[in-house]
Amino acid sequence: MTSLLQVQGLGKRFGGFVALSDISFDVADGERLGLIGPNGSGKSTLVNCLCGTLRNESGEVRFAGHSLAGLNAHQRIRRGLARSFQLPRPFGTMTLAENLRVPILYAVQPRTGARVPDIDRRCTDLLGMVGLADKADRKPADLTQIEMRKLELARAMASEPRLLIADEAMAGLSHQEVDEILALLLRLNAEGVTIIMIEHIMRAVLAFSQRLVVLVAGRKIADGAPQDVVREPAVVEAYLGS
Amino acid sequence: MRGPGFVALLLLAAALVFGAARLVDNPYAFFAGYVVLQYVVLATAWNILGGYTGYVNFGTAAFFALGAYTTVALHKLTSLPLPAMMLAGGIVSGAVGIGTGYLTLRLRGTYFSIATLAMAVVVQTLITNWSFVGGSRGAYVVRPAEVMGLDYVQYLFLLMLALAVIAIATARTIERARIGTGFAAIRDDEVAAEANGVPTLRLKLIATALSGGLMGMAGAPLPYYVTYLDPASGFSLSYAVNTIAMPLIGGTSSWVGPVIGAVLLGTLQQVASVTISSALSLLIVGLLLVGFVIAAPRGIIGWFGK
Repeated sequence: MTSLLQVQGLGKRFGGFVALSDISFDVADGERLGLIGPNGSGKSTLVNCLCGTLRNESGEVRFAGHSLAGLNAHQRIRRGLARSFQLPRPFGTMTLAENLRVPILYAVQPRTGARVPDIDRRCTDLLGMVGLADKADRKPADLTQIEMRKLELARAMASEPRLLIADEAMAGLSHQEVDEILALLLRLNAEGVTIIMIEHIMRAVLAFSQRLVVLVAGRKIADGAPQDVVREPAVVEAYLGS
Repeated sequence: MRGPGFVALLLLAAALVFGAARLVDNPYAFFAGYVVLQYVVLATAWNILGGYTGYVNFGTAAFFALGAYTTVALHKLTSLPLPAMMLAGGIVSGAVGIGTGYLTLRLRGTYFSIATLAMAVVVQTLITNWSFVGGSRGAYVVRPAEVMGLDYVQYLFLLMLALAVIAIATARTIERARIGTGFAAIRDDEVAAEANGVPTLRLKLIATALSGGLMGMAGAPLPYYVTYLDPASGFSLSYAVNTIAMPLIGGTSSWVGPVIGAVLLGTLQQVASVTISSALSLLIVGLLLVGFVIAAPRGIIGWFGK
């Protein structure tokens, strides 16, 4: 498998605080990668640097063979790098279907350079994929927490990404709801989407990931097969204390 | 309704308005109607930035007065026809809109609003100290009695009517186009909009340019309307207050809102100025605004579903 995403020596600081330092890893095309780490270890900062919401001071991110340096978030999603937000950020005044129109109009259309035919149908299909088709004309405020997460994922999928970064898509959900989201992500992966899952729920991460990367205090301390990584002394210490 | 059909309907409505004004057979109908139409343009222009993208602009008076002072300058330098001056005023204010946008659009919420207010003060200070356009003494513009056989005030009314048609058609086109979806995404959540492919900075600059440009065009005929223009009246705070109040009272989510708000409030002010006192008209705006914020936060169009 070839590398879809290459992160090389990435560093980010906020004033004097070093949030990320010298992070390097690759993600292969079609891979399912789990990214874990305690609170404050820099996972979300890393996502923000990968997606262009924040600028990294040092290091390089390459996607599909091209450097992403200097590209804004909207340019990155147009290249196929999508993310869902940890706390769902729906467009509140729009219906669910209209929420999905945004990435179709602004990420898919500029990428292909052609009008997407039958956008309404496409929106309904995407909502159907996450089981929200019957709520297409409702506003996000009417949704439950898990439905909001599903909308977040559907919107990320509407951009037809090659790589999806799911930032804690399951936090706060029940056991059964976690399984639902998990099944959804596995199905997307089977359809060819590379996925980075950021998650605290170890059961879900271990069931999902082919490989684990562990961040602690802005540094990568482990990278490898999930069963091996969770036994590494440094990882055990970070999670359980020595 | 498709775009061309809507424009045809707008033109028909405009023709009816002009016909009705002529039927009144009182020159004051055109004087008062001009002001109401001017507010239709200003409120619609304000709503393109304030209602669609959610950036509240307190600097309406600056964009408006820049258009007016462009006309004063061009009047001294050239003998261009007024429609050309309006275009020039629109370009000047649109360019200032882009410049202000570039400097201030990284600010959000109240901070952006304060910056636009500061911008208005800066522009007013510059104009007040620029003697070529009259400085603090003000500038006189002698207007012709008539144009092409039409009374000049009627001509001004007609120009503003045409501009109102252009502004409304622009706003409605934006609402239904791809760019309208982008504007709405920015208003709802700018970070999420950017993450979903919306080029937020570029769209915001388009909004400030269009909004500022239309305001400048609305201000351009002002020197010919008042015939004497000084900074205090051109930059009057009442333009900023009215232009914010009208879309809020009418409703900001659609082009109809600012039009309803401007016609309602503008007419009410004209009537109050004549029957009671001109000082009272701004008090009416304040009371109505408070009432609407409490009773109908989504404006008049909020009463009708959607």
